[in-house]
Amino acid sequence: MFAKRHVISMREFSRDEIDSVLDLAESLEPSARGGRCEALRGKILALLFFEPSTRTRLSFETAMMRLGGKTLNLGPAEGSAMAKGESLADTIRVIGAYADALVIRHPKEGSARLASQFSPVPVLNAGDGAGHHPTQTLLDLYTIRKESSLDDLKIALVGDLKYGRTVHSLAYALALYGAEITLVSPPTLEMPDRIKADLAGNGTIVRETHALDDVLGEVDVLYITRIQKERFPDPYEYQKVARSYRIGTENLEGARDRLIIMHPLPRVDEIEPEVDETRHAVYFRQSFYGVPVRMALLKMLVGDGLE
Amino acid sequence: MNDDEMKLRVTPIGNGTVIDHIPAGQALNVLKILGIDRTTEATISVLMNVASRRSGRKDVVKVEDRELKEEEVNKISLIAPGATINIIRDRKVVEKRTVDIPDLIVGVLRCPNPSCISNTSEPIKSHLLVKSKNPVVLRCVYCEQTIVENIADYLL
Repeated sequence: MFAKRHVISMREFSRDEIDSVLDLAESLEPSARGGRCEALRGKILALLFFEPSTRTRLSFETAMMRLGGKTLNLGPAEGSAMAKGESLADTIRVIGAYADALVIRHPKEGSARLASQFSPVPVLNAGDGAGHHPTQTLLDLYTIRKESSLDDLKIALVGDLKYGRTVHSLAYALALYGAEITLVSPPTLEMPDRIKADLAGNGTIVRETHALDDVLGEVDVLYITRIQKERFPDPYEYQKVARSYRIGTENLEGARDRLIIMHPLPRVDEIEPEVDETRHAVYFRQSFYGVPVRMALLKMLVGDGLE
Repeated sequence: MNDDEMKLRVTPIGNGTVIDHIPAGQALNVLKILGIDRTTEATISVLMNVASRRSGRKDVVKVEDRELKEEEVNKISLIAPGATINIIRDRKVVEKRTVDIPDLIVGVLRCPNPSCISNTSEPIKSHLLVKSKNPVVLRCVYCEQTIVENIADYLL
């Protein structure tokens, strides 16, 4: 069911492949919580982060250690050979010879694909610029499956739907599950037409609105993303928009009982802290689920795959 | 302009390749794609905006003493999908074919995304997948950006 050598883009995943990752992640969850697992003992994972990241890097590191393996960290890019002008391709060839798999985050889009072409070992994309971040999408899907359901799902994607390409990957993946998707964004940050057309072409029901309150009572999942200040030339415009998408407990009065609220984190002020205490808040568990999901991918790519 | 006048403008070639039915104005881009520039030693004739029964106006390129290979010529289909290729030997057309867009275009166009890794000094060539031939829709293998219009603007 899973014959990949690299994990670069969600576009390459079939529903069966996603399911096999999520199934394995589920079986690894006890080990992700500290249970004994030696599946990747003696294996080395190299972490190449050319851009700052806290949770993704630490989550990969935790995943490898929970599987009994070890990690190597490329120091800050400016201290390494890259600063002397070495190409990414050469760096990948060299470090690929030290490790059993590579995790890469790089500011240029398509850099993970390039890495996969030069690497002698599997490559996992941990974010390539504004491009893909497939492990985020997989952990989002895992969260929905665990905390809600991927069947007959009604989900609202909220916030910056124009530039946030991880939301695009998530939308494509949700389409594989026949989800009903409502897009909630300010007019200036709507999802690009070509993506909406792709989704509609696959038979996915896509609705669009600017008002969050319109959909709050009708969905199973609210997926909130951060609206970045720098997208707005006028700070006043930003304030207006940011306020209209802020979730507080008062917004949740008409919500479904089983509504879950997700956020890829870090949040700034999209979700007020008092929401954390409600049954709807799953974003911290969502963040934890990155560990079993990344364990599953590492086991599939580096270990003996599925038993 | 009738056929006789046309013949007066440019004489038929003895050996080589005639690329006919290029959309008017695209002849220079065709040369660019074929890699034919000032360093070439071949005799090249370029006709622009000549009358065409099929399309009103067209461009024609004649390359003497060189028979263009199919994979070279297929690249021009990006900007001249209706072009025909005539291979001439001893003043006779020995082969006539149309162009077909290949499934993958390597090193001909740059990706329009300035943040794409293929637009850096990495040791790779641009790779564009052909998602649709009519209309032409291309997608960068690296960053997945699509190109749908003004394809000639991205010629390398």
